[in-house]
Amino acid sequence: MLDAIFGRLTWDSIILVQAVEEPNINTLITASAAAMMPVGGVMIVALLTWMKWWKPLFEWLTSVDHKKIGTMYIIFAVIMLFRGVVEGMLMRANQAVGLNGGFLSSDHFNQLFTTHGTNMIFFVAMPFLFGLINIVVPLQIGARDVAFPRLNQISLGLTAAGGFLFMISLMVGEFSTGGWTGYPSFTGRLVNPGVGPDYYILAIAISGIGSTLTGVNFSVTIYKLRTAGMSFMRMPLFTWTALCTSILLIFAMPPLTACCAMLGLDRFLGFHFFTNDMGGNLMNFINLFWMFGHPEVYILVLPAFGVMSEIASTYSGKRLYGYTSIVAATMCIAVLSFTVWLHHFFTMGQSATVNAAFGVATMLIAIPTGVKIYDWLATLWGGRIRFTAPMIYLCGFFVLFTIGGLSGVILASPTLDYQLHNSQFLVAHFHNVIIPGVLFGILAGIHIWFPKIYGFRLMEGLSRITAFLWAIGFILAFMPLYQTGLMGMTRRTVAYEDPALVPWMIVSGVGSLILGLAFLSILVTILVSVLNRKKLMVPFGDPWDGRTLEWWTPAPTPEWNFAVLPKVECRDAFADAKEKGTAYQPIEKYDDIEMPSNTYYGFIIMIMASGLGFGLVWHMWWLAILSLLGAITTAITYAFLPQKHNVIPAAEVREIDEAWRRAAREGRGITRDDEGNQANQGLACPDNIK
Amino acid sequence: MSFSIRKSLHPGLNLGEEHGDDHLEAETSVFGFWVFMMSDLVTFGMFFAVFATTMPLACCPGPKELFDLGSVAWQTGFLLASSLTSGMAILTLKQEHATRSASTKKLIFWLLLTVLLGCGFLYREISDFIAMAAAGGPPTRSGYLSALWSLVGLHGLHVTSGLIWCLVIVAGILVRGVDMRWKLTLLRWAVFWHFLDVVWIAIFSFVFLGGLL
Repeated sequence: MLDAIFGRLTWDSIILVQAVEEPNINTLITASAAAMMPVGGVMIVALLTWMKWWKPLFEWLTSVDHKKIGTMYIIFAVIMLFRGVVEGMLMRANQAVGLNGGFLSSDHFNQLFTTHGTNMIFFVAMPFLFGLINIVVPLQIGARDVAFPRLNQISLGLTAAGGFLFMISLMVGEFSTGGWTGYPSFTGRLVNPGVGPDYYILAIAISGIGSTLTGVNFSVTIYKLRTAGMSFMRMPLFTWTALCTSILLIFAMPPLTACCAMLGLDRFLGFHFFTNDMGGNLMNFINLFWMFGHPEVYILVLPAFGVMSEIASTYSGKRLYGYTSIVAATMCIAVLSFTVWLHHFFTMGQSATVNAAFGVATMLIAIPTGVKIYDWLATLWGGRIRFTAPMIYLCGFFVLFTIGGLSGVILASPTLDYQLHNSQFLVAHFHNVIIPGVLFGILAGIHIWFPKIYGFRLMEGLSRITAFLWAIGFILAFMPLYQTGLMGMTRRTVAYEDPALVPWMIVSGVGSLILGLAFLSILVTILVSVLNRKKLMVPFGDPWDGRTLEWWTPAPTPEWNFAVLPKVECRDAFADAKEKGTAYQPIEKYDDIEMPSNTYYGFIIMIMASGLGFGLVWHMWWLAILSLLGAITTAITYAFLPQKHNVIPAAEVREIDEAWRRAAREGRGITRDDEGNQANQGLACPDNIK
Repeated sequence: MSFSIRKSLHPGLNLGEEHGDDHLEAETSVFGFWVFMMSDLVTFGMFFAVFATTMPLACCPGPKELFDLGSVAWQTGFLLASSLTSGMAILTLKQEHATRSASTKKLIFWLLLTVLLGCGFLYREISDFIAMAAAGGPPTRSGYLSALWSLVGLHGLHVTSGLIWCLVIVAGILVRGVDMRWKLTLLRWAVFWHFLDVVWIAIFSFVFLGGLL
């Protein structure tokens, strides 16, 4: 009877119980991490009750506003980043003292690198980018919302459900030890019958479906909801990169869903897709996984390139140099990204000819990427550069990302890869493209667009410190790994025997401490900025002398984004309007605005998907079936419920919009000299220096 | 959104200008569904690719012992006929509901006929699966059989959800009449249903005919 209810979940599966029964350093570390969740949960409940925030919380959770959904993605990503950074620090600490064995057991270490990788890719980088895309793209193309607002909420719900499964594995059971790539047969039923790989499969498959839907939603938004006159070649670069990422999501997520489904069938029903016997072929998994995995790299980095493009032009006060070539380069990268997946396993038995073809294809990607770097450099040339936080990220990106890209070209050569694969050199390489590429782009993006949504800037000084901490921490933590990789140290090593590695490992450990500080610095920046928000207000909405449509609204941006949808006649339409002095002219006619009203759809789907995943992992079949039926019933019910809309009367829109325009016409703008101080109210006036 | 009325708003059968706003609203919604279908097509492509890499093992029954081409022909007939009737349903929607006056009965007749034919397909498919398992070819027997069952099964799962979806639409039309929402849902369902036809033709050719060659 109990088996039917709890499946294979037993009292001993709970990590805290394990720590009491068998206290040692490994169980204590996991137990303290596990304990943070109930403790944190109680604290959050207490805070919500104390501040009477329950009602606002549910207004957020049920909101279909793209800005709120974007914010929730980013909050989710920050929480997960915390876990990821702590795991990274633990691994670095273990390796710093890892000569002849560190303080972690190998099994614990294996779980750590698996969760660290899975987490950073699926639950940090992707939600961060989806958050930014959600917030920025509708504003940049002059739309009121995304094409399918409810679907957007469902995508968020599915991502959160994946995150839930991932986090609950910390408290109940264990996570996979097979690395973020989860190759069978190691993750197969025969070798690893436990719950770990099931958690892994379900967490990434569920969030992966959410990502596919996000891709559909954003490609349709960008294709169909552009405002009048916004032709493709007038779109801001961030929107272009978001479009490429969406297209990649549409085509690259299905292989992941497929290989997760097949591995799941192997594990749950005893199929033979990837088993060693009976005609199974594990290379199929590896091919499918990397058919997703390589485009995934560009899913992550392209939007970051988009942010870099915006920084280069905005913070040097110039049009972007070589717009057309950057667009073409972005598209080239998107297409090429599907032709290189095999370079992730050069050593796994293909012929030399096949390896050579994929090696050449991989090196080709360096060309469009190089085009972009030179375009951004040329944009800065002769510009009025302000060395603010985003520019620090951009400069760090120029130097560090280029190094990372070049080490990628080294790895792209099959002959060299035979030597370097599976070594710390590889670890150094991908951190070197993901931190200075993706993470710098995300953090810079948050700094730039934060005032747009919340109405106040982040503290400039603190943001600069954060930027430097990330750059220095990154250099110390990961540059030594190139060296240790060349010295022969393999990746995912819990212990080593060569004393010559110790100094490098210690430097790397110190670097990870700085990265920990850098993470704290993000939180401090946000906290201090919130406390000082009165001084940082930018009600006019244009704190950085922006060039594209998103700056053409007050800050915080009203729910409906644009009182009247703007008409676009050229690239950088807002910069053009400011130059002509027509940016804040009164508008004759306002119409009623219809916005979709809140719904519980996504929230319910999140709970059902979490239940389905948890039920499957623990073989609690009743829970899985109930959740699945619940999800289907929800979908059918919502198909019958009337779709409600809030109508915002034209008079109300007029009142708010006219007040903003009048104040902007009468207000005194600031030049770029005052960008970082209190005088910056978000109204720009031209610089005297040309 | 651009409100100029163009000739073709989304790929496939458009509602036409007589449907006014519904016609325009369909643009985003149906286009979005086409995009989703592209993604789904890649999923099928992956299952096809894995199937293509597997070989029947000597130990277990192969295509010759397992496939009943007669039954597969019946399935193909059912599914293609259901595609025709679903096409009739959409034509009824396009031609006769422009003025919101024509009979809903005809539309529902075609939809229910489609469901019936779809059920015929599923019945034959499930019988075939049962027969295959009885003949010593369950999916747990070999990699080839795993790939075969999952590819055909994935299609069958899609057909099942398409049928449920169609019944929901029929219920919706009975409750609320043919309003804009159900029109758009019908258009998307039609894309889905034709898509399953296309996938089936590939399965029929590569899996069944190819297996017996």
